Amino acid sequence: MAALSIRGLSKRFARLEVLKDINLDIESGEFTVLVGPSGCGKSTLLSIVAGLERASAGIVEIGGRIVNDIEPKDRDIAMVFQSYALYPSMSVRQNITFGMECRHVPKPEQEAAVAHVAKLLQIEPLLDRRPSQLSGGQRQRVAMGRALVRDPLLFLFDEPLSNLDAQLRVEMRMEIKRLHQRIGATIVYVTHDQIEAMTMATRIAVMYKGEVQQFADPDTIYRYPANLFVARFMGSPPMNTMPARLLAEDGMPQVVIGAGRPDEVRLRLRGYDAAAAFRGSEVVLGIRPECIAESGRVFGDTSEAPIVVNAPVEMIEPTGAETIVLLRLGGEPALARISPDIRPATGALAPFALDTRRICLFDPTTERLIA
Amino acid sequence: MKWSRIIIYSALIALALLFLMPLGVVLMNSLRSSQEIAATSMIGWPRQLTFANYGQAWNQFCMAEHCWGIEPYMLNSFTLVIPATILSTMLGALAGYSITLWRFRGDQLVFGLVTLGVFLPEQMKLIPWVVVLRDLSLMNTISGLILIHTIQGMSFTTLFCRNYYVSIPPDLLKAAKIDGAGFFRIFWRIVLPLSPPILIVTVIFQFTGIWNEFLYGVTFTSGGQQPVTAALISLSAAVTSEPMYGEQSAAVLIAALPPLLVYLFGGRYFMSGLTAGAVK
Repeated sequence: MAALSIRGLSKRFARLEVLKDINLDIESGEFTVLVGPSGCGKSTLLSIVAGLERASAGIVEIGGRIVNDIEPKDRDIAMVFQSYALYPSMSVRQNITFGMECRHVPKPEQEAAVAHVAKLLQIEPLLDRRPSQLSGGQRQRVAMGRALVRDPLLFLFDEPLSNLDAQLRVEMRMEIKRLHQRIGATIVYVTHDQIEAMTMATRIAVMYKGEVQQFADPDTIYRYPANLFVARFMGSPPMNTMPARLLAEDGMPQVVIGAGRPDEVRLRLRGYDAAAAFRGSEVVLGIRPECIAESGRVFGDTSEAPIVVNAPVEMIEPTGAETIVLLRLGGEPALARISPDIRPATGALAPFALDTRRICLFDPTTERLIA
Repeated sequence: MKWSRIIIYSALIALALLFLMPLGVVLMNSLRSSQEIAATSMIGWPRQLTFANYGQAWNQFCMAEHCWGIEPYMLNSFTLVIPATILSTMLGALAGYSITLWRFRGDQLVFGLVTLGVFLPEQMKLIPWVVVLRDLSLMNTISGLILIHTIQGMSFTTLFCRNYYVSIPPDLLKAAKIDGAGFFRIFWRIVLPLSPPILIVTVIFQFTGIWNEFLYGVTFTSGGQQPVTAALISLSAAVTSEPMYGEQSAAVLIAALPPLLVYLFGGRYFMSGLTAGAVK
């Protein structure tokens, strides 16, 4: 059963169209992440699902019930906010029971529910404190406790980790993921952080300019980005994209970067039948930084030796775990991720191995993925 | 550097003395007998301290046709100020809350109209109030004054509370709505507990404002119904017969005491409350 189904949803503020014809079907138990840059409409979409804002058109269905005209409290949802939104004048316990109090749940039942959630989130010692006496991570847990205690059909998370420091964010990220696996809840999670999206989601909806650019599982999003926006938004450092030309010759497709230059790069692509229609025309070539490595690297389980290209090195950034190299392929700038112990000299040529199996080709006019 | 300091401080002290002079004269006279004042001058140190003026002023002094001091008028003022302060503050908090946190169509217009009252002079509203009080049969009653001050006070209290409530994060309200709380429950359980700083400000402001108000008191009440500020006018009427500066000074000081005490005890909160909204 679809836990959440959004059909033909749009939202406009006066003349500004912030959401355009959104269609999403989210299965029960899925962890869906809405990701996109700020202003893409992801938080507005979440607010509409929560019932805090009204859609201009379209239908929102939660658990098979159309909820467009149903109050937030009757939608069987719970929400965790970026600012945590804990009630400042109430203790942690009261924060967690406030919803039950509003629904007139009997006291003993409230107590049992608080005890259960407090144990799950390990916040038992905090129950009688005020939110102002808690650290950021503890507030985060309480905010989740308030949502969990409701045991709703749908959990909504609005950038819940963006106020935490980097280390705590990684911890909470794992904890939320673990929680999802443990209780099997259906979660819709909004973030601008593509790493959060990749690590936690079972499915990702990448949003940009009020539209869902792609809705797929993380591997598909990463390997087959539907368009140039998704390609450049997901991944850090992002996918290298550069103008290139598909040669018209028959046989294996060949793509040339910087055609006509003395340092042009020619790559033979295995597969890529879908690119046939683009033979002889310009394309945009996308290659992830990890697909450019030091020569001698073997990619995946192929026994085939990878293509090696000599390219000028402009700059290196050692991060400790790897060395990021800014180089030029056929005159076009590109980032490579090579072994941390290899530090090519800047200004000189160095050999790089290319993983041509994972190159993406995009149509330069529509910016859509060709193959 | 040193000299400039000395000049600044002497100028400040001189100005402070100048401003405090009338209070000093009244305070002095309240401690002198009327005979002593008549024999010497209006301005002067007491030769013999006497507190009898305060007792006289409280319940024996004759004003207009009655000789019961200012006690009944003080009681009138309290029965006026306390309900009017509480009502206008609560209604202002409720109005500020709904304008700020429950956006509705035309909310800015409503807010503009309500706060327009801040800028309307009292005199302008005299005639409309005459009509309203007459039609409600509240002429020459304390209840009539309570009604006037509650409604007129709402302009200020709504403005104060609204400016404070804009700093409440909207997410709090959203969370409460999802939790299932309605308009009044959110006000009572979430917004009101956050409000003491601004409620103290509005209470002090309303209390002193209503206590010191004169025009409506003197226009709409007479005789035994008058608040103390209106009754004090009869003091100056008494000046023509036989000057009783000692009792008069004591009466004025007693009448000025309640707002002064409110300010002394609540003043710290007053200053911090006015700026509290600025910080998250």
